[in-house]
Amino acid sequence: MILTIAHKELKILLGSPFAWIVLALVQAVLAWTFLAHLEAFLEIQPQLVKIANPPGVTEAIIMPVFAMASVVLLMITPLFAARLIAEERRNHTLTFLLSAPISLVEIVLGKFLSLLVLLSLMVALVTLLSISLLAGGALDPGLLLSNIAGLLLVSACFASFGLYISTLSTHPAIAGAAALGILLGLWVVDMAAEEGQADSIGHISPLSHYQGFNNGIIDTFDLAYFMLFVLVFLVLAVRRLHDERIGG
Amino acid sequence: MTTSAQIPPALSARRLSRQFGGKMAVQDVSLELRHGEVLGFLGPNGAGKTTLMRMLTGNLAPSHGWVEICGKDLLDKPQDAKAHLGYLPEIPPLYRELAVDEYLRLAARLHRVAPGDITSALHRTKQRCGLASLGNKLLGTLSKGYHQRIGIAQAIIHEPDVVILDEPTAGLDPNQIREIHSLIRDLGAEHAVILSTHILHEAESICDRIQIMHEGRIVFSEAVDRLKQKGESLEELFVHFTQSGKMSTSLNHPGRHM
Repeated sequence: MILTIAHKELKILLGSPFAWIVLALVQAVLAWTFLAHLEAFLEIQPQLVKIANPPGVTEAIIMPVFAMASVVLLMITPLFAARLIAEERRNHTLTFLLSAPISLVEIVLGKFLSLLVLLSLMVALVTLLSISLLAGGALDPGLLLSNIAGLLLVSACFASFGLYISTLSTHPAIAGAAALGILLGLWVVDMAAEEGQADSIGHISPLSHYQGFNNGIIDTFDLAYFMLFVLVFLVLAVRRLHDERIGG
Repeated sequence: MTTSAQIPPALSARRLSRQFGGKMAVQDVSLELRHGEVLGFLGPNGAGKTTLMRMLTGNLAPSHGWVEICGKDLLDKPQDAKAHLGYLPEIPPLYRELAVDEYLRLAARLHRVAPGDITSALHRTKQRCGLASLGNKLLGTLSKGYHQRIGIAQAIIHEPDVVILDEPTAGLDPNQIREIHSLIRDLGAEHAVILSTHILHEAESICDRIQIMHEGRIVFSEAVDRLKQKGESLEELFVHFTQSGKMSTSLNHPGRHM
């Protein structure tokens, strides 16, 4: 049933030009970033040779491209997540799912899964960009894998958060703007905390937990944070739909 | 050997109430629906018909009372109960981006039709609802009459025991209304049907039993045959029972017990 719902979501999503336009724009932005870093790397390469233990292509190109990708995903995931419940409510189709013999957990997981598939597609495109560097040299597979895993985890966080915000609204646009605003807000709080002394409120945003993965360090604390973040907002989304049935 | 007494009624509800804020939308409604019966809910706008339908289909939890569908409690075992249920809400729940076949296949899968049986169920349902020629059309491009028929098709594709239709003929032209009426009569032969409407002759011509709702209560309940025998006019009854302040409780006998 989870797969049936995920399949339906993907069909509706990929049937509209919206998803393709966003995918194309994301790819264009990331390709631009990639080429810019590649050019910079080629320029400084002669000097790098003189240093002992110079940074390789993975550090010099792939790391910044993946860091950029995480910010781009922060921006676009709310756009996709916002429609998941709010649009069904707006079009009066939520009744179709609620009257069928499926549980709320299945509905929420199905929708979350559809979003993960779409985000994995974007992560796959970024990965392909990086792998193209193999044509000219060797990559650090460990660093690349940790970046891929981190990007998938951080986008899962954005997805579950966006999905929860979507359950609160009847307007996809409002849900999208709210989710984006809050995610950006958390990121700004983290940046401010890093600059100042207020370390206690740092590390609120999923993005700051991605930094470790970006540098090739897989910290169990970050892993636990991601898992908890995803779980909490999925549970909240189910709770919200349940309460709606009670509260009317 | 099973007798009819051992089979639980298609749907039974006891003392259902629902309040929104301080206002009671549905008060103390009990009803019982036998297999193969078409029950019509009449009432003015705002009488609580839609709220009642939403409670009977598990879309809204009642403040008090319980609902059983084919002997399965809708609150304790929602999924087992809903498997026996087909529901057409007031506004048909259609995904405009899907084609007719895609949508009905989705409805069949979500309602646990075995994968091998989906194609035959799809074919049969489309034939029944007059949709045979429309397989690849997107729902968003079709007219209101088709939307209503597709709405009914998604409610019956899994051959549910109970079909609940909320104002299935609202906004249709007379020809379409006639088609939907014959479809509902057809459904009544195999399924138990609950129908809400505020068109009186519609209820009279296709229902076996009629209940009138007013201000959240059932104020009148009678078999259509008996009404005809007594020669009572449904219109007079309707006006009599739904004018505020003239509520009679003497006729308030919710459902017949078996």
